[in-house]
Amino acid sequence: MSPLIETKKLTHIYSEGTPFEHVAVRDVDFSAARGEFIGIIGHTGSGKSTFVQHLNGILKPTSGSVLLEGEDVNGSAAVTRRVRGRVGLVFQYPEYQLFEETVRADIAYGPKNMKLGKEEIEQRVLEAADFVGLEASLLDHSPFDLSGGQKRRAAIAGVIAMRPDVLVLDEPTAGLDPRGREEIIRNICRYHDAVGGTVLYITHSMEDIARFATRLVVFNRGQIALDGAPEEVFRHVEELERIGLTVPSVTKVFSILRSRGLEVAEGIYTVDAAVEALLRLKGGGGNA
Amino acid sequence: MKIIRTEKLTFRYDAEDKGEPILKSLDLEIEEGTFVAVLGHNGSGKSTLAKHMNGILLPSGGKVWIDGMDTAEEDRLLDIRRTVGMVFQNPDNQIVANVVEDDVAFGPENMGVPSPEIRIRVDEALKDVGMYEYRTHAPHLLSGGQKQRVAIAGIVAMRPRCIVLDEPTAMLDPSGRRDVLETVHRLNREHGITVLLITHHMDECIGADRLIVMSDGQIIADGTPREVFPRVEMLRGSGLDVPATVGLMFELRKAGFDLPLDALSVEECAEALYRVFA
Repeated sequence: MSPLIETKKLTHIYSEGTPFEHVAVRDVDFSAARGEFIGIIGHTGSGKSTFVQHLNGILKPTSGSVLLEGEDVNGSAAVTRRVRGRVGLVFQYPEYQLFEETVRADIAYGPKNMKLGKEEIEQRVLEAADFVGLEASLLDHSPFDLSGGQKRRAAIAGVIAMRPDVLVLDEPTAGLDPRGREEIIRNICRYHDAVGGTVLYITHSMEDIARFATRLVVFNRGQIALDGAPEEVFRHVEELERIGLTVPSVTKVFSILRSRGLEVAEGIYTVDAAVEALLRLKGGGGNA
Repeated sequence: MKIIRTEKLTFRYDAEDKGEPILKSLDLEIEEGTFVAVLGHNGSGKSTLAKHMNGILLPSGGKVWIDGMDTAEEDRLLDIRRTVGMVFQNPDNQIVANVVEDDVAFGPENMGVPSPEIRIRVDEALKDVGMYEYRTHAPHLLSGGQKQRVAIAGIVAMRPRCIVLDEPTAMLDPSGRRDVLETVHRLNREHGITVLLITHHMDECIGADRLIVMSDGQIIADGTPREVFPRVEMLRGSGLDVPATVGLMFELRKAGFDLPLDALSVEECAEALYRVFA
């Protein structure tokens, strides 16, 4: 399948030509097809946030290019403007960016900028609120009266309302408890299934993302260090730890079991897969 | 010696509010020198509890005593804040100076500590958190984990007997989280500082002496992590989870295997599995 979004030799240098010059992203070739749910992982300063900010033209490459369905997103001002509606970016702590008088107006801000009709906008607001699990009764409240978790949902809804083909989220669950994290991820999956676009999901929590992503991309020092299906990436326990990441504890447990001679598969990262692998070892039966 | 004691601690933000209070008649005693983790879902009241520990919030009902001092007595507030230091979630909101060592000196300066003594305290505090080599750096250029350790050093330099940390790792990457946790454990181990760690990361509670679980303004479990984490259904029912090690054992027990639910660490879990499956 032809890529929906891709980067070619993308390089970004901050403060180029000054003593503070810093290469944040270096020669990154990346491509994502429609339907992929990609987890993007990397320690602080690995370049992952700089990378994703190129995908809708917020940052311009120092060199290299970003293509949306083959078209250079920085080709002209008109293209960049169009791309903003097709590649939606949810920043970290997006609830600090709510600013309108009502939740409804805040979610409608993006579609309005896309010059959609009034009815279309209203319909998208309701649809987006539903996707993030925000009750319709909250739409007429001030966003500042919402709880932290609700504000986060409202902010994500504001991006989803543009129905982007590519949805990029930068740590959307930071600061939420396990139930809140699970709900947000599920809602994003639901959006992903319904729209059939591409999701890029930046996170520090490998355990959370590993259960949902079809592919993991690991950044280190401005480059892609590992790229593949979760079970493939989690085979590289030592490399992941060396670049400051932790692998899921289930993966660590299995790596110990393997080193002690137990014949269990590599790349196990969820409790369910672990249970299955161990049951297979015993021929499926318990001893109780 | 109880460094913290609450009796029927009740709190509501609005005195007129007739609804459910945020904290509902909490009785709690914390032994000096212990490492206590407080776990709870968003809105469980755990941060509100933390803010009662040095008089940022005062009880709507009931009492809080810090080292025997009633937090409601205004003239004891300074002594209370010298006894209990607070570290918050966002390191950017806690840093006040342009140079790391100036930032760490801010607390002791305000306490009126003499200059030569401040110098000693700042150096020691920065060494305690592993940030001494960054003492002349600008805080805003540090990583989140490094900033958080500078914020902790700023508290340590005031020589508190207890540190309360309210989700100190929520904004950090895995290595930043690990560094901050190791630092806090070391302060507890080597200096006997009482630690109250508020979190909703299950894994961060594994090394604690005691684990308190809060839900809807009440304490619903209190014991060692080994005693609390096996209560898988209770924890999940209140919006929390268990460490993946416990989750794995829980599923395997359902399948009929005789495995312990209190093998919390990766090593213990692997050992227990090896014994059954090898």
